[in-house]
Amino acid sequence: MTKYTEDHEWIEADGDIATVGITDYAQKALGDVVFVELPEVGAAFSAGDEVAVVESVKAASEVYAPLDGEITEVNGDLEGDPSLVNTAPTSNGWFFKMKLSNTGDLDGLMDEEAYNEHVAGLE
Amino acid sequence: MSDDSLLKTPFYEMHVSAGGKMVPFAGYSMPVQYPLGIMKEHTHTREKAGLFDVSHMGQAYIRSKNGGDPALAIEALMPSALAVLKPGKMRYSVLLNDEGGIEDDLMVTRTFEPEGTLYVVVNAACKDKDYDILEEKLGDKITLEPLDDRALLALQGPKAEEVLASLAPEVADLSFMEATMVTLEGVVCWVSRSGYTGEDGYEISVPSDEAPAFAARLLANEDVEWIGLGARDSLRLEAGLCLSGHDFDGSVSPVEANITFALGKKRRETGDFVGADRILKELSEGADKVRVGILPDGRAPAREGTDIVDPNGTVIGKITSGGFGPTFGGPVAMGFVPKNLAVEGTKVQLMIRGKVHGATVAPTPFVPQRYKRKQS
Repeated sequence: MTKYTEDHEWIEADGDIATVGITDYAQKALGDVVFVELPEVGAAFSAGDEVAVVESVKAASEVYAPLDGEITEVNGDLEGDPSLVNTAPTSNGWFFKMKLSNTGDLDGLMDEEAYNEHVAGLE
Repeated sequence: MSDDSLLKTPFYEMHVSAGGKMVPFAGYSMPVQYPLGIMKEHTHTREKAGLFDVSHMGQAYIRSKNGGDPALAIEALMPSALAVLKPGKMRYSVLLNDEGGIEDDLMVTRTFEPEGTLYVVVNAACKDKDYDILEEKLGDKITLEPLDDRALLALQGPKAEEVLASLAPEVADLSFMEATMVTLEGVVCWVSRSGYTGEDGYEISVPSDEAPAFAARLLANEDVEWIGLGARDSLRLEAGLCLSGHDFDGSVSPVEANITFALGKKRRETGDFVGADRILKELSEGADKVRVGILPDGRAPAREGTDIVDPNGTVIGKITSGGFGPTFGGPVAMGFVPKNLAVEGTKVQLMIRGKVHGATVAPTPFVPQRYKRKQS
């Protein structure tokens, strides 16, 4: 089941490996993405740490670690084609995978319904 | 979302109904982008014709109080050859302070009025300051008459001539930095062949009341799209043009800002303008720091405020404008470096989010300018 953060990231967990990207709402708000700075594989982060940076034509925005864990893989395709974040935010435009320190932390994130309500409240 | 304290241009309702994302800018509510998005708006301007609302900028007439030439009066504060401007000719110039620093940059045009009246366009964020400086220092010689009942549009891009000439064929005869009065759709407008995107195009000063209908007429052409402030910035950056308050401020001289083309030849000889001591000295000896083009290696944009460092990590300069150049196809920037490094091809280092990135001093513009200059 896909989970979401208030910072507009989506998290798709397979066992203790979570794939993380930004939501369609986030990519629309950012506009045309021209560069993504991804973390090093092996780096450990706590929830809320700045883990990546996504740059649109107009500005740079931070992406935060949704949960505690260690980076196991990053999406190398974003280097050659950062616009994947705009065209396929929830599939080919994923940012990184992390091994969660505690899969139980997922329960603290929003489900799709809660996230949609969160977004509706912002508009 | 609206903020009542912000001013609105005559095109505000049009921006909102066109889906413009309105943001506060220099006290105005202005569109930063439309649904097309900055990248496509940028490309549209380079390929067809972009329509920009620049009504937030300050338009004013400068008239003489004593029958003299108002251009001669303002030359005391501006180092360009302005008194020689013939009716319908315009120049880019800078408003200097006593230290030779640039308070603002502006366009100065000679109108067709027999008194030699000038029409000036200054930056939105600086207009009150500029008007105060002119009033305070030259108030005995000139009167400044803000044109608050005028909107200003820029129509920029390779299709601009065809679009505007379909309404007024005579605009095709203007060359870059020439201006004339034109009746467009029954409305008397002041049209100049100028802009700030590096493309051929026009700026059109139109009475506020008639402005929305006129813009709608331009937008009816399928080659014309509204373009927001976001793309305006990426277009001027690729064109290597300075942004007031960013690429220079009151502490920076025209020599440091690398806009010495704004210094008139005769004016350099006579030195009859404020701050001439410093500016002429820097002209002959070079300034300690100079604005240059900078191409970051790789894909990471270097934004305004990014430190330029030497191999030891010591800060030696700063990026003053930077981002992604959609037409260039990569990150582009401008910034100040010590004069010994202000040589094309020099390698420098940028500190982006705590990491060192390589970069190279490069010529500007990053994308060739396509002004329609007079054939001589």
